[in-house]
Amino acid sequence: MEEQTPQPEPSIFERMRNRLSPEGLPTDDRGRMRMVVDSLILHIHPSKVEVSTLKWTYTWGLGGLAGLLMAILGITGIILLNNYTPAAPQAYFDILELNSNVWFGELIRNLHHWSANLLIVVAVLHLIRVFVTGAYRPPRELNWLIGVAMLLLVVGANFTGYLLPWDQLAFWAITVGTSIISYVPLVGGWLSNLILGGPEVGANTLLNFYSMHISFIPLAIFGLMSYHFWRVRKDGGLTRPKSASQTEDAKVERVTTIPHLVHKEMIFALAWTAALLLFSMFVPAPLEGIANPALSPNPAKAPWYFLGLQELLLHFHPLVGAIVIPSLVIIGIFLLPFFDLSLESVGVYFRSARGRSLTLLSAGLALIATPIWVLLDEFVLNWTEWLPTWNSLLSNGLIPLVVILLPLILLDEWVAKRFKADTEERVLFIATYIFTAFIVLTLIGIYFRGPGMNLYLPWNMPTSH
Amino acid sequence: MSNTTTPQPQNVSRRDFLKVAWAILGGVAALETAGVFLAYLQPRLAEGEFGSVITAGLVDDFPLNSVTHVPNGRFYIVRINDGGFLAVYHRCTHLGCTVPWDSTAQKFICPCHNSQFDQEGVVENPPAPRPLDLFAMTIENGEVRVDTGNIIQRQTYETTQVVYP
Repeated sequence: MEEQTPQPEPSIFERMRNRLSPEGLPTDDRGRMRMVVDSLILHIHPSKVEVSTLKWTYTWGLGGLAGLLMAILGITGIILLNNYTPAAPQAYFDILELNSNVWFGELIRNLHHWSANLLIVVAVLHLIRVFVTGAYRPPRELNWLIGVAMLLLVVGANFTGYLLPWDQLAFWAITVGTSIISYVPLVGGWLSNLILGGPEVGANTLLNFYSMHISFIPLAIFGLMSYHFWRVRKDGGLTRPKSASQTEDAKVERVTTIPHLVHKEMIFALAWTAALLLFSMFVPAPLEGIANPALSPNPAKAPWYFLGLQELLLHFHPLVGAIVIPSLVIIGIFLLPFFDLSLESVGVYFRSARGRSLTLLSAGLALIATPIWVLLDEFVLNWTEWLPTWNSLLSNGLIPLVVILLPLILLDEWVAKRFKADTEERVLFIATYIFTAFIVLTLIGIYFRGPGMNLYLPWNMPTSH
Repeated sequence: MSNTTTPQPQNVSRRDFLKVAWAILGGVAALETAGVFLAYLQPRLAEGEFGSVITAGLVDDFPLNSVTHVPNGRFYIVRINDGGFLAVYHRCTHLGCTVPWDSTAQKFICPCHNSQFDQEGVVENPPAPRPLDLFAMTIENGEVRVDTGNIIQRQTYETTQVVYP
């Protein structure tokens, strides 16, 4: 402790400062550790962290970045509320006003928009990082489930926010996106009516989405996020990175959280905030003409993160393309930690040297197979015409589903036999295949689908709507 | 836990009974709360807007073999060759886009996923899974009135769907 000149009567400011941080900034390790333990915000960290988990190329800081983006979204979202009326068509005029007549209005909106879109990417990358390093295995299964639930909520937040500008882009993306709900068996029509507040997207939908977007979803994310952070500590901190050849755990070496972790986090957060600000200064969030329910733009596309799904809809009966396949995939993601149990390879990227090759092989196969299948289904396969008497749920649902699943099952058998892959490597192989296929479908939806949802090369895309 | 020292005709203790009773009451209360929320969240419909009965015009306004868009009612008045009327919802049965009438092709062609429908709204080209929906309609005193709150889903076109003046 530094020597301080004694003061008879501390001022009110000094007394307040003493309440917040009684000893000033600590200068020794013991003080730094106590500061972490005593602080409300810092105590999401342990007082000391394992050196190997600080390795930047292991986590890529993705979880922290997702947290930072949530904070930016919360702050920009709260101030955007002051210039927005959730009523049609006033909402659209408010956005015009925000862009032209409000100090920094466009910047705040851009920042909110781009952070929200980046969050989807970052959350998915975070999920992939945890998956490929096996970091969801016992005792971390529960935190995996919470993470996946948060990812779904983030998509929900993004989707409900998409409607709020009430422009053509928003109106038709939400119309196409919510029409999928009506294909849910038995309760679809009722559910769609409830969510939209009527038979189609309108003023009631805007109010419903606004209310979900600013209350329930952010509250739920905040709650789960706090729990998610806390569980990381309860489950023993981050998993430790290992190389594939390493058979035994390296010697545990701990350093104090301040400054080794906290300083890194601060630099990381500042750099990302600066990058987002710069990007938002130069790239405006899209805004089209006011919503016109009588005129669908051509093509009418869902938000970009749903375009993989929309691509599936072009090839399958809606019940299969929009409900069965996505539900199976989501359930599969939830269940991953329960049939991928080997604790040996936790912390090893792609499980093993063989796992690494299999991941590359799987991604390569999906990269080739998916576009071929899209082209075949677009121009050659026509099950509904070949089997005119069959129910379209069979001819346009079950048959194409078998057509895409059969090669995957055969590939999996082949990998198991040819490369003697074990369960964890087969899980990795299948997941990589499905994920790569989904990314390819999304890219096709974004860049290769034009008017009438026909296929175009991106550089030949007709520009008119 | 049943009391083993003094056998009783019914082996539910008072404690167990109260536990079960509380659980049941709590469950009922939770269901009631859920019911209240669901009822509260039901769509609200305003008079005079889409969802009410809309007068499309007089019978003679619609020539034979014609398709007329009524945008505020979200429907087309289709008058077929024999003088009958259909009120066709302009919303695509695939993913909800508004389907324009292409008068040169004599078809409804959806801009979103290229579903095509003939004049009666029957699917000529998927992915739309069923014909365009109809609205219930009546013709009284030469006025064509369409009930936009009454959407009729159909699997095929039948002559019983046509309304005659």
